[in-house]
Amino acid sequence: MLITNLNHVESADQHKKILEENENIMICCGRMGPMCLPVYDVMDELQDTYKHVKFFDMDFDSADAHVIKSAPECSGFMGLPFTMYYKNGKVVKATTSIQNMQQVSSILDEQFGKPE
Amino acid sequence: MEDIYDVIILGAGPAGLSAGIYASRAKLKTLILNEGTIGGQVILTHEIANYPGVETTNGFQLINIMKKQAKDFGCIIKANLTVKGINLSSKIKEIETDSGDIYKAKTIILATGGKPRYLNIPGEDEFKGRGVSYCATCDGEFFTGKEVVVVGGGNSAIEESVSLAKYAGKITIVHQFDHFQALPYYVEMAKKNPKIHFRMNSELREISGESSVKLVKIENLSNNHLSELNTDGIFVFIGYVANIEGLKNLVEINSKGEIIVDHNMKTNVEGVYAAGDCIAKRYRQVTTAVADGTIAALSVSDYLMNQNYIN
Repeated sequence: MLITNLNHVESADQHKKILEENENIMICCGRMGPMCLPVYDVMDELQDTYKHVKFFDMDFDSADAHVIKSAPECSGFMGLPFTMYYKNGKVVKATTSIQNMQQVSSILDEQFGKPE
Repeated sequence: MEDIYDVIILGAGPAGLSAGIYASRAKLKTLILNEGTIGGQVILTHEIANYPGVETTNGFQLINIMKKQAKDFGCIIKANLTVKGINLSSKIKEIETDSGDIYKAKTIILATGGKPRYLNIPGEDEFKGRGVSYCATCDGEFFTGKEVVVVGGGNSAIEESVSLAKYAGKITIVHQFDHFQALPYYVEMAKKNPKIHFRMNSELREISGESSVKLVKIENLSNNHLSELNTDGIFVFIGYVANIEGLKNLVEINSKGEIIVDHNMKTNVEGVYAAGDCIAKRYRQVTTAVADGTIAALSVSDYLMNQNYIN
């Protein structure tokens, strides 16, 4: 169970619904571990700025996390967290292991556009 | 009117947040600036069972409460920014961030904490998450049946090697000295494990591969011989260093790269204090960081009073 200030994706059905209902999405799939917490924190910080992006996390150990773990874009990933960026339901970027504010912001700007 | 804080605290770990709680509760106009994740190293602690007055908790929860306490007392916290410049020499101190913002204060508390030491060798950054890891608990399962290298010789390195042995097929511990710093109990456990092998007096020089790590170059420090080792992963546990980037020429620092303070947490620069893991001290615990931060904030309050900055 993740204890963060982000909204959680708790099932494959919810994951599907989120992708159908939102244009720009970032989901960080991890644990309460040293490589994951900094990414959740960065996302929490960015939520207010990037209002055109929906931010979520997902428990890596939940049964339904296969929707991210088995995505082709995560093939070869060997470090938590797995972070996915979706536009109109399609994966546009995926990263593995810890990312800092600059790296995440850069991806958000590139894939979804800078905040107004 | 120019916006000048009574105190700016650099760092939002236990020392910085404690200083923030005490300073803002003393009605000082307080700003915390933090480069990374709020909480520093302690948020990575899965279990804290020895923080007095608090039954077993974890670092994330403890820090979230500290953060809330500081904010509730009026402390402003700005995190995940990059400090570009620091001016401590004038009476009014200045901190500049990469976004071009300049924050001014009558006093500064340096609570920049520590950070994991990296190898800083070719390939380390490139293969992060694709074979290079800093957390066996997080990533160990990705190396099931594979061969990995563990770098380090302290408690973390040896403990994590034993933990990794549950997954990996073979583990080679590479350590720069001919002996381990880890407790003998952990070393014995590692030596008894048939999956764990040792390369002493050795250091990694390069990591290479294609889509993931395939090879490391290791130098034997006793004869400078460079050898290659096929491996699927590298786990790095080589300790922590004080976060003093940008502070080296601004305050007095010892040969270990730690800020020197007196018993009031005062540095050699007037109006500048320091607390937590970035200062020269023997014991580094959450409790000692909290105490340092408290003392620094009270000292700042006292200093401002004596300078007639506040009534």
